[in-house]
Amino acid sequence: MLNAVKTASEGEMPEMSQPIVEVRGIGKRYPGGVEALRDVSLDFPAGKLTTLLGPSGCGKTTLLKIIAGLIEPSSGEIYVKGKRTDGPGPERAFVFQDFALMPWATVLRNVAFGLELRGMPKRQREEIARRCIAEVNLAGFENRYPHELSGGMRQRVGLARALAVDADILMMDEPFASVDEQTRRKFQEDLLKLLEVEKKTVIFVTHSIEEAVYVSDQIVLLSPRPGTVSRIVRPALHRGGDVEELRRDKAYLDCVDEIWQVLKQYLA
Amino acid sequence: MTDRTAQPGRPAAAGLPEAAGADDGVRRDRQLQWLWRLLSFALVFAAWEVAGRIPISLAFPPFSETAVALVEMLFDGTLFAAYGETLRPLVVGLLLCGAMAVLFGVGMGLSETVEWFSLPIFIILQAAPMAAIIPLITFIYGIGFGAKVFAVMLMSAPIIVLNSYKGIRNTSPSLLEMSRSFMATRRQQIVKIILPHASGLIFAGLRLGAAAGVTGVVLAELLITPTGVGDLITYYRAVAEYPRMFASIASIIIFSSVTVTLLQRLEQTLFRPETRGPSGE
Amino acid sequence: MTILGHRIPMMFSLLVWFALWEAIGRLDLVVLIPPFTDVIAAGVTMLPSKRFQDAIAISFSAFAIGMAFSVTTGVVLGVLMGRVKAIGELMGMWVNIFESSPLTAVIPVLMAVLGFGQATIITAVFLFSVWVIALDTQVGVKHVNPSLLEMGRSFGAGRFALYSKILIFAALPEILAGIRLGVIRGVKGVVIGQLLVAIIGVGELFELYSRNFLMEEFWALIVMLFAFAFAVSEAVGYVERRVAYYASTR
Repeated sequence: MLNAVKTASEGEMPEMSQPIVEVRGIGKRYPGGVEALRDVSLDFPAGKLTTLLGPSGCGKTTLLKIIAGLIEPSSGEIYVKGKRTDGPGPERAFVFQDFALMPWATVLRNVAFGLELRGMPKRQREEIARRCIAEVNLAGFENRYPHELSGGMRQRVGLARALAVDADILMMDEPFASVDEQTRRKFQEDLLKLLEVEKKTVIFVTHSIEEAVYVSDQIVLLSPRPGTVSRIVRPALHRGGDVEELRRDKAYLDCVDEIWQVLKQYLA
Repeated sequence: MTDRTAQPGRPAAAGLPEAAGADDGVRRDRQLQWLWRLLSFALVFAAWEVAGRIPISLAFPPFSETAVALVEMLFDGTLFAAYGETLRPLVVGLLLCGAMAVLFGVGMGLSETVEWFSLPIFIILQAAPMAAIIPLITFIYGIGFGAKVFAVMLMSAPIIVLNSYKGIRNTSPSLLEMSRSFMATRRQQIVKIILPHASGLIFAGLRLGAAAGVTGVVLAELLITPTGVGDLITYYRAVAEYPRMFASIASIIIFSSVTVTLLQRLEQTLFRPETRGPSGE
Repeated sequence: MTILGHRIPMMFSLLVWFALWEAIGRLDLVVLIPPFTDVIAAGVTMLPSKRFQDAIAISFSAFAIGMAFSVTTGVVLGVLMGRVKAIGELMGMWVNIFESSPLTAVIPVLMAVLGFGQATIITAVFLFSVWVIALDTQVGVKHVNPSLLEMGRSFGAGRFALYSKILIFAALPEILAGIRLGVIRGVKGVVIGQLLVAIIGVGELFELYSRNFLMEEFWALIVMLFAFAFAVSEAVGYVERRVAYYASTR
């Protein structure tokens, strides 16, 4: 069940809105006996960015995919906007760790793909796609192919594709893991700026503590084998200020350290 | 079959224009490659010439005589006539077989039931010396056009089927998952993801099948009924005109190499944007 | 395939095909195809006969000798092509050409130069299989992680040790893949060679059976050949799988 919620430091406690996704008692056991998740119950507040954080083997990607409807849980339920779900839905969009771009299609077609599957007419969906491509700063690359792009650019295509379907909930599976450190930092900053405009709910998976504290409104710490919720942390950071200054904020550094102390115990 | 023509995935350009001077490097490389090729041809032909003059055997003509015979046959129309006869059953057989085999292979990839019934058979057929069945063909199809078409189809079917099957089966699970996350129907998955992804291997299968088909038609011409190029070989051997015999055989090698290279080029142009992964690799 | 909840392995589908074969034969649907059981019976009768065993011995020995030559030559050539740039450039084009050419056309040359005997067949087996072995070996050698070789040199390994203790093993998955394909082509070489020569080995048998319309014997021989080709390629495949555990993390 829900563990006691702790704040990372004193100061303003950010207001948590109504939960848009509710996870109740989710468990996942694979044939062969491996128990990836056990009795996970969580709330994901609307319009906020929640991160699932933990070492390898804690089931964070499994949980994310269960919420996305891509994996079936062995037990428990998922409620999205109050309704029970057991498959993918138009209100949720997924950003993949390995980009999952169709190598034979242009950037434009890749971004419009979610809309194409819905049957939206070509002109309309291309218009939306162009807008999203511009939003992720890839304007001018519409007619390129994935193999002509760098890793960071490919991931932006994946993000644009998820934005194009205008889902309420974005799920991102270690989206910046496959890019270099400098690009990663830029991405984190860009993501925060984007979310100020887009106002979506984001569920984020990462194994980087700094990344989690930097972008999140709420961090769920998962302990491994089997994955269970260990703690929920709400970094009380001053957002709305300079995005780059955040990395030197004392509250930020304290939060990172406190989380590290918790996660350290789970490293074998 | 390992498809050695699959290039390792091209490294992604960072979207930057090519550095100035890179064009010169590419041109120099290409010139160097042609130099190596020329040298290679020269060495082999020189060795052939020497071997022919020793002589290794009375039946082994030197390169020069073979080359002369080849040019003669080119200009007096023998080659054209022969290829005209050989190519007809080849093309007909490949067209018929290609379409059916691709459809069947795709069906195998998409349907587990079809796969269960067909995969073991085709795996065995691919390893097997199908040529052994060719003598039987005469009993059903006689010694005419139909027999040769059947020989082509017999030899090329297994590999086209298996490559199409593999193309379907090897669809990246990541791409399938992605399409599921955007709620694609099964039909959309097949048409928009699986088939485009498989098209590279399907084309490779057709290319390999074409090569196998050539073997089929040559065998049929040597074993069943002397026509076309096979007839040239048999005839010139019978009258001991070895330069012309060698020239006929060389022409087959040249023909098949050129065709295969053209098909490979075509494959690379058509499917170049496609690397073998969900382009995260 | 699942029936009543039990998974049936794919190999069992062959039984369905054999049953179909039996039915076609019994119903006399195609004059060329006798019932499967008759074919098996003919095969069993053929096995101990001297003519059959001689033919098999001839064919098999040609296959074995030809393959022995082509594996050694192919691997050595492939290693040289992979390691020595000049050899790779000079030979590469020819190896590629011959690997995808209908070498069947060359057999009449062999017959003219070497006669109608074992020499032709052995050469046919060699020619059919050596190119793909060389090509795959070359690919394997080229893909060897240079760090592995640097590591060997840093610990003082001489050239022979580098090649025999590191290079061969690092390239082994590709080499085995090439050998498996080479083996399949080698069997085709024996069969096609003997079909064209037609007076020795299984070629002679095929001639005999088809001339006298002994279909049961003919198909029995075909089944045996196909089974042999499959068995040999699976044997190499087995070795390949044993080696595969390190293939992905090289």
